[in-house]
Parts: sequence; C-alpha cells; structure tokens
Amino acid sequence: MNKTLKKYFPIFVLPTLAAFIIGFIIPFVEGVYLSFCKFTTVNNAKWVGISNYVTALKDETFLHSFWFTVAFTVVSTVTINLLAFAVALVLTRGIKGTNLFRTVFFMPNLIGGIVLGYIWQILINCVLSIVEQPLLGLNTSAGYWGLIVLMAWQQVGYMMIIYIAGLQNVSPDLLEAAAIDGANSWQTLVKIKLPMVMSSVTICLFLTLTNSFKLFDQNLSLTGGEPNHATEMLALNIYNTFYARSGPQWKGIGQAKAVIFFVVVVIIALVQLRATRSKEVQQ
Amino acid sequence: MNNLKAKHALNMAFTVVFAVLAVLYVYPVFMILINSFKAETAISTSTVFQLPTADTFAGAANFVAAVVSQGFLQSFFYSAFITVTSVALILLCCSMCAWYITRINGPISKAIYYLCVFSMVVPFQMVMFTLAQTADSLKLNTPYNICIIYLGFGAGLAVFMFCGFVKSIPLEIEEAATIDGCNPLQTYGLVVLPILKPTLISVAILQAMWVWNDYLLPTLVLDIRKYRTIPMLIQYFRGSYGRVEMGPMMACILLTILPIIVFYLACQKYIIEGVVAGAVKG
Repeated sequence: MNKTLKKYFPIFVLPTLAAFIIGFIIPFVEGVYLSFCKFTTVNNAKWVGISNYVTALKDETFLHSFWFTVAFTVVSTVTINLLAFAVALVLTRGIKGTNLFRTVFFMPNLIGGIVLGYIWQILINCVLSIVEQPLLGLNTSAGYWGLIVLMAWQQVGYMMIIYIAGLQNVSPDLLEAAAIDGANSWQTLVKIKLPMVMSSVTICLFLTLTNSFKLFDQNLSLTGGEPNHATEMLALNIYNTFYARSGPQWKGIGQAKAVIFFVVVVIIALVQLRATRSKEVQQ
Repeated sequence: MNNLKAKHALNMAFTVVFAVLAVLYVYPVFMILINSFKAETAISTSTVFQLPTADTFAGAANFVAAVVSQGFLQSFFYSAFITVTSVALILLCCSMCAWYITRINGPISKAIYYLCVFSMVVPFQMVMFTLAQTADSLKLNTPYNICIIYLGFGAGLAVFMFCGFVKSIPLEIEEAATIDGCNPLQTYGLVVLPILKPTLISVAILQAMWVWNDYLLPTLVLDIRKYRTIPMLIQYFRGSYGRVEMGPMMACILLTILPIIVFYLACQKYIIEGVVAGAVKG
C-alpha cells in the first residue's frame, strides 16, 4: 500500500504543506531575519545587526509590559486553575442542576475576546463610576484586576470541563479503597484525586499560562493599554511598536521584540511541561 | 445515616450557591440585552445597570441602526463565509495530510509533524507583519481566499490532533480496503474519513471558535475599509468615531452574541466533547 500511497503525495500533503509554508514558514523565517534589519516593508530591509535587540531591551515600555504580563500571568493562572478545579469538584458530586451550571459556566468561551473586553469595559466603568473612582482609562489597578476578572470569567468554564473529564476518569475502586482505609475527604482529594488528574493539571496549566502570556484581544478592547501604556501587555506592546509609532526604525525593533517574546513563550512552555509531566501518575 | 443527611444538606447548599453564581455569570449578557433597548440618550457610564423605563425604551430602533448604518449583515456574512470555508478546508486538507504522514514514515513526514507542533507554540505577533505582507503580495487579501492563510496557520493544531487519532486506527482495515481494490483516495474517503468523524467534529469546533472570533489576523490581512468581520466591525466603530453611538453598538454586540449562544445550546454536547478531546490530545 505504501508505494501506491507515496505517488499520491501531491494530493494528500501538498495543499496543506503549501499553505503551511505561505502561512507560517515563510513569515517565521522572514520574521527572524527582519529582526536584524531596519525596514518599513519586506522589500527595503537593511541589515543592522543586533541593534534592534539592544534598543528593544532598553525600551522602558517594553520592560514595563514584560513585568505587567508576568504579574498578570501568575495571578490569572493561579486563580483560574484553583476556581476551575473547585467548581469541577462540586460539579462531580452529583448536585442538582449540574448540567445547567456546566452549560452556563462554559458559555463565555464562545464569545470572542474583542466583544468580551468591550462588555466588561462597560460593566467595570459603571461600577467604578458608582463607587466614584477614576474610570478604566485613568485607573491602572482597576485595569489590572479587570483583566484578571475578565479572564477568569472566560476561562474558568473551559478548564472546568477538562478537570471534570479528568475527575470522572478516577476509578471508583480507588476511592472506595481509600474510604475503607478510613481516609477523610481531604485526604482522598490530596492523595488520590489530585495525583490521578495530574495530566489534566498539566494541560490546564499549559493552556492558561500560554493564553495569559499571549493575551491580546482582551487587553486591546478592555483597557487598550491605557492609562499611558500602564496596562499594556507584551503582545499589545509589540503591536503598538509596529503600527502605532512613526519612524522607520520601529518596525525592526518591533520584530526584535517579537522574537524575544517568542523565545520567552517557548521557554515557559518547555519548563512548565517538564515540571508537571514529572508529577503525573502512570495508570 | 447521619452522614448521608449531612451530604445531602451540603449538596443543597452547593446548588443554592452555584445558582447565585450562575445568575452573576449571565449578568453581563443580560446587561447588554437591556441596554440594547434603551434610547441613545439614556445610556451613560453610570446608568447601564438600570432597566429601560417607558421613557427610555427605544424599541427596535437600535437594531435597525446596527443593521442599516453599521453594516452588520455584511460583516456577519463575511465572518460566516470565512469561518465555513476555512474550517472546511482545514478539515479536508489536514486530515489527508495527517493520514499520509502517519502512514508513510519518512524524513519529510517527520519534519512536517514537528514543524506543526512547533507552530502551535509560536505567538502570532512573531509572524504578524511578515504574514500580512506575504498575504498582500500573493493577493490572498480578500474574504474569499483568506481561508488559505487560515489553512496554513491552523494546520499545526489540526494535523497534530488528526495524527494522534490516525495512529490508533488499526492498519488491517486499510489493508483490507487496498486488497479489495481501493486506491488511496478511495481508502481515505470510504474507510479513514468515517472512522475519523469524532476527531473531525472536535477539530471543526476548536477551529471554528478560533476563526469566528479572530480579530488580529483579518485586521492585518483584509482592507478594513472594504471588508469587516464582526470583531473588526466592533473594534472599528469604537476606534474611529469621535463619539461611539452606544445604542446601536449594544444592539450590534447582542446580535453578535445571540447566534453564538443559540448555536452553543444546540450543539453543546459536541462542543464540550470537542474541547475535552482537543485538550487530551494537546
């Protein structure tokens, strides 16, 4: 079969491969190259060495957005996963209305980031005006916590679904054995359920970490980086470097920032996968 | 016995707490709903929580404005068209590709597979500028052929998920088809594709959620003066007008959310299964 199948390479693989080369490989390679250039379009690039990287790393707004992103990612990853796991635990107890709650909590995932950000901007601004605080456009801490609440509202449902699937796979035999041995519910949770759902934890941590770190749409529509770049995350900072600043040098700097961003994301993903994979239990 | 009673009471308490939480969860959508029926002058920062009264009720005026003057229907069409074509293309091409590279174990297959995995980690900002330029120079910048870009950018996740599933299909079935005289295309269409159905649904749902809501890629690739998808429309009206017309805007948001909610309620089972399958494979 293999020999005949090989002749069909153009039909089976070529369309995807061609689109993948156009949509990913060419832009990626060009992107790496352009980060060492000064340019306004792909065709007028001039090699400038590592100076883009030097400027990027000295850029105050970039460094600020980096630490803002880190602060956001840590808090939002922890809150989302704790909440999602807690909700999943309750929804696997067989309480009344389980299906309805699951439906409701998952719903925000289907609404896009731009729309969500806008809805929450209206809502948070109203709350702020009622308690007579400055609105989002002038209020850094409201912007930060607004993003945390917004992301929790959106992502808890998604992670909950994954945790529920994990918890439902824990063998009832194990739980029964634990009960017979006299384990209380806290011990069952920590010693049986948690180790058995470590693969779900790996996935959820990976998804929340990378989603939060790469967040763009919600950031753009909730705060837009206001006030004065204070709530700007890395992805938005790179976008603004490309498209909101005039001067021929900025596109190269933006591309250099993007490469740094990419490297950081890869490091985070690898470290996190290695750290939690080692805690998984073989079934 | 006492233990059971305590458990029952605790479960009741959880139901009550979660019912309150569920109401809070739905509230933001409800807020948009009540405001979309208010007159323009009645919507201000501090009054969005108030229900419309007889004085401030505007009927369907906001919805008419959203459809007539903001071009909502056109945007809806573009979004729907792009989503359907892109997802269909991704499903067909990527499942074929994944089957081929799983069955033929050569260096090219390996390279494609690992590049796909790699592409899933790369943030969009890394390629956004060069991708927009590439799309421009190849004239892939209309809603009618942007699906090729989506195929290229969505291939990573799709090929990865399909490969994971194809590996679990026993080879014997395909060999039997070959012995019965099927050529690879027939084997794929008549044998592999039907077995792949659950994965096709999962991939379709994950990709559709992404393409429908995607903002940055169409903004950079399409000409915003000519073509606006729904996320672009909403961001466009906030950004470019001096003062945002809040009434039509609220109606616009509601019209955006409603079809999604209806679709979700109708296909809930598949969506939730799709998410679980996608996560386990990923």
